[in-house]
Amino acid sequence: MKADAVPGPWTEAWLRLRRHRAAMVSLVILGLVALASLLLPLFSPYHYAVPDWDAIFGEPRWQDGHVFGTDNLGRDMLVRVMWGCRISLLVGILASLVSVLIGVIWGTTAGYVGGRVDSVMMRFVDILYSVPFIPLVIVLSVLFGRNFLLVFIAIGAVSWLDIARIVRSQTLSLKQREFIEAAQALGVRTPAMIFRHLVPNLLGIVVVYATLTIPTVILFEALLSFLGLGVRAPLASLGSLVAEGVTNLQSHPYMLISPAIFLALVICCFNYLGDGLRDALDPRDRGA
Amino acid sequence: MAAYLLRRLLIAVPTLLVIATLAFVLLRATPGGPFDGDKPMMPEIRRSIEARYHLDEPLWQQYLRYLGDLAQGDLGPSFQYRNTSVNELIAQGMPVDIIIGGSALLLALLGGGALGMLAALKRNSWLDHLGMSIAVLGISVPVFVIAPLLILVFAIRLQWLPPGDWVAGSWRHALLPVLALACPYLAYIARLMRASTIEVLASPWMLAARARGLSTHSILLRHALRPALLPVVAFLGPAFAGVITGSIVIETVFGLPGIGRHFITGALNRDYTVVMGVTVLYGALIIAFNLLADLCQAWLDPRVRLK
Repeated sequence: MKADAVPGPWTEAWLRLRRHRAAMVSLVILGLVALASLLLPLFSPYHYAVPDWDAIFGEPRWQDGHVFGTDNLGRDMLVRVMWGCRISLLVGILASLVSVLIGVIWGTTAGYVGGRVDSVMMRFVDILYSVPFIPLVIVLSVLFGRNFLLVFIAIGAVSWLDIARIVRSQTLSLKQREFIEAAQALGVRTPAMIFRHLVPNLLGIVVVYATLTIPTVILFEALLSFLGLGVRAPLASLGSLVAEGVTNLQSHPYMLISPAIFLALVICCFNYLGDGLRDALDPRDRGA
Repeated sequence: MAAYLLRRLLIAVPTLLVIATLAFVLLRATPGGPFDGDKPMMPEIRRSIEARYHLDEPLWQQYLRYLGDLAQGDLGPSFQYRNTSVNELIAQGMPVDIIIGGSALLLALLGGGALGMLAALKRNSWLDHLGMSIAVLGISVPVFVIAPLLILVFAIRLQWLPPGDWVAGSWRHALLPVLALACPYLAYIARLMRASTIEVLASPWMLAARARGLSTHSILLRHALRPALLPVVAFLGPAFAGVITGSIVIETVFGLPGIGRHFITGALNRDYTVVMGVTVLYGALIIAFNLLADLCQAWLDPRVRLK
């Protein structure tokens, strides 16, 4: 970038984000956790699912190579916690993508088309807001058994409501702008209008709320796993590891500590990152 | 105002219908039934039981029967607890949930509000930074981690409080569940309250109040509190829905005899009526609470139009 060039909106946002210390630290920590969760299980001598009957309930110790200790089947907790991070991050990011996709399409359509379509679509969102979804998803996972795909779909389907509302209100204000009028005058059709002209202008706010959706989704998945409804047994998510820790709380509290710390750390970082992104990207706060 | 209330109540009816229908369809779309136990059952007995609960009728007829009973406030008989109706189960569990959930919400509102306001007044002091760091932690640590940690510290190690179970009227048994349930909402409300108080303190009418020589005390309580509470009140609706979910977890961890436990065991045992009844009840409570929050918002700020 040349010194006299005006920075583009994304460069400017990145510069603003870089000044947000907590957000940058969070970004680095999240990157490290993601990297560790990918690499550590590859290079560890231990496997997340293979029991070791000689190492049951080993306290955390450097000398044995079990830094986080071992669980009730002698499996290395470090590898299991890293697998838990993998699963939780994967669920969080993928399910958030699903909900963002639904929310953006729903919100822009309602906002851009307007009129009766808008009021029907938003009334539908209002109704869904009153549905006690989390209890329903709990029931569903009980009934369908532990189906990982179902957990994805259910979480993604629940968390799009907020994004739909925010995107709609932003679309309403974008609709008044000249470039939309110009596009209309050129005869751009509605789908092209939404995807080529509206969505790119909404990306900032969408990125912010997608980032803030990830921690709620991770917590939701952890809750399901905690109730024994998430991932299947030898595999672990942070929620199921916390549940195992709670079961052995009285005798082996270290089994709760390590997954709980990582769960809190990941959620914390996403929240800070979301805060930072909001400061950097949310048009409502700009210029203040 | 009256017209607004009436309209909101009228909207609540189709919403509840959607919830009931959703619960019915989802439950019936899944394999397995309430009487597929481990023990094989004689076909005649099975048929007579199914006939007693109208499970032999076509689905649409069961659906209409369910809606008809629901309209009269009858949630039907439970399948797992013979001779007990869902209404009775809910009536048994409700007091526990009202005490735990109500106290938790109140604690979150009062504690979070006070902490947030304090942090805003001492903005950028060590108190503010410490408080808000703890608040982010509070949001990030889920209820099902806080609850066992509280048990570990206060019940197992220090032995100050009982680790679970429920004795009606005993505050010692209620304290830990209430604390665990209130934590995330207390933290969230503290953050909301801090942000809104800072915004209000920077507004021109606060300057005007100061210029009139009012005391700090009177400025805060009579002029700043009301507008600063608005976002907190708006959050009460979602917070209430969250407390319902949290109460399910809390009841599981502490072994409390509330509605949530019936809900989980009901789901495990394919107890259709219990699951549907509790789902509809939750939906109705969420609707009612959202309405209450909207009314409060209009009362706090007359510029908020009830439409």
